Amino acid sequence: MAHLEFEKPLVELEERIRELKVYGVRDAGLDGELERLVTQIESLQREVYDQLTVWQKVQLSRHPDRPYFMEYVDRIFDDVIELHGDRAFADDAAIVAGFARLDGDTVAIIGHQKGRTTKEKVRRNFGMAHPEGYRKAMRVMKLAARFGRPILTFIDTPGAYPGVGAEERGQSEAIGASLACMAGLGVPVIACVIGEGGSGGALALGVANTVLMLEFATYSVITPEGCASILWRDGALAPRAAEQLKLLASDALRLGIVDGVVEEPRGGAHRDPDEAATRLREALVRALGDLKGQSPQELIDGRYAKFRAMGVTAGG
Amino acid sequence: MPLFGKTKADVDASEKKTLGRGVFRKCDECNVTLRAEDFTSNHEVCPECGHHYRLSGEAWVELLLDPGSFTETDTGILSKDPLSFVDSKRYPDRLVASRKKTGLEDAMIVGEGTLLGRPIQLGTFLFRFMGGSMGSVVGEKITRLFERGYEKKQPVVLLSASGGARMQEGALSLMQMAKTVGALRKLREEANMPFVSVLLNPTTGGVAASFALLGDINIAEPRALIGFAGARVIENTIRQKLPEGFQRAEFLMEHGMVDVIAERQRMRATIARFLSHLLD
Repeated sequence: MAHLEFEKPLVELEERIRELKVYGVRDAGLDGELERLVTQIESLQREVYDQLTVWQKVQLSRHPDRPYFMEYVDRIFDDVIELHGDRAFADDAAIVAGFARLDGDTVAIIGHQKGRTTKEKVRRNFGMAHPEGYRKAMRVMKLAARFGRPILTFIDTPGAYPGVGAEERGQSEAIGASLACMAGLGVPVIACVIGEGGSGGALALGVANTVLMLEFATYSVITPEGCASILWRDGALAPRAAEQLKLLASDALRLGIVDGVVEEPRGGAHRDPDEAATRLREALVRALGDLKGQSPQELIDGRYAKFRAMGVTAGG
Repeated sequence: MPLFGKTKADVDASEKKTLGRGVFRKCDECNVTLRAEDFTSNHEVCPECGHHYRLSGEAWVELLLDPGSFTETDTGILSKDPLSFVDSKRYPDRLVASRKKTGLEDAMIVGEGTLLGRPIQLGTFLFRFMGGSMGSVVGEKITRLFERGYEKKQPVVLLSASGGARMQEGALSLMQMAKTVGALRKLREEANMPFVSVLLNPTTGGVAASFALLGDINIAEPRALIGFAGARVIENTIRQKLPEGFQRAEFLMEHGMVDVIAERQRMRATIARFLSHLLD
């Protein structure tokens, strides 16, 4: 388990309570101590979790123990079959795509996948996809649309990979093409930002009829670090940039960028992944139910109207 | 995806200091000094070495369309400040300063006109307004451009010159990528009209990663910088220097991303011939 700075006092208290429970039950004298600690932790939780700063929430969205796409897949879906490769260049492990069952319905599932171990992080390129990742995603989306299967996408990426090979193979075209592909899908599409919603690399999986966001996920045009280095030539000012960018789920909801926010267990999804998955599952099933019965054209038109309305202007 | 380091070629030609009493101008590429009007009459291309300096959006409209045929549409759309964004300036103050400095409302002109007699919808970025960055106003105007092409069944020509999405409008700028591409899809799939994407220097970030590389024909200017990520970001990621010519128009052509590299003087004819091949 890894802990953020502001989580440490809480985790230490929890550890002491656990120890007391295990070893202290035989000693009645410790009951008072246990009670005292439980009261203390409740007030400490309120203190920490009820006033998280923007930057702390950004850190939660990137928490090393935060559940990733595949961990939600294990908890939410049955009968999963993964498809590999873009049929042109490679299989990009930064995006996982396939089909699965949710409440008996077959759906396509597509998401960014970060790695947990160092080795896996490298293999999955920290969830930063190359063009072939987006092209694999498009292949699966088109296949799902052909067979009338709804598509669920899970967004969790710092951004599309900025590298030489990515540029050579058309990162820009791949992202643009994915936006166009998603706009034309005649099946229900639901997207959920589960961690980092980093820029074009996130949006490339985000053109959905319903867009959800987990409570401590972020959605941003640029990373706070990138923003700070452009504005102030100093990436260390990222916390300040994060406040300016309005990248929290609550901001996205207010700006009309997402349709709903799925509340996480107190302190973040990593504190109780099972509960987080249960809540996400419920939200997905509800969103899917709401879209059922719409014709392909209605779904395409509805999705267009939704994104058409985004933006804030005066006059004209 | 916003603006990255400026290269020599990115400096606006109109900002150049002239020599003497303003009648001579030196080309930074080949060092030749010529009369300033030799550059302007040659659409800001050096007559000696052919280096393409930036041409303003307004001059592009004049260069491409039949004289007097252009009608600008969708004016009077202004940015707001939905994020209450402050960097070294408040965003509303930055907008006011940019409007004052450039005499423009925002970074995009759209309208209709004829190209060798053919009615087209034309849009062009105005790089001198906040680096041509795409926020809600630019996104809205491009969306209307594609929508009008769809409604009137006319081809759309869009000239891109932009550092990418406008940071100051946050994720709303990001969403303009989906909005514009959605409208482009309708133009192509539902009205079956062509989209001509002209890639000027520079076309990067969220503008590159939305409609700009999705042309039915992608035409780039020689040496134009075109790419998803800025060179500095890539160098910081891979920790090595990038090769000469990386992300230039010729590099993109070599990798199959652009169809034609057209010098400025040939742009009008290239677009007209392509449209004729598809539509006549």
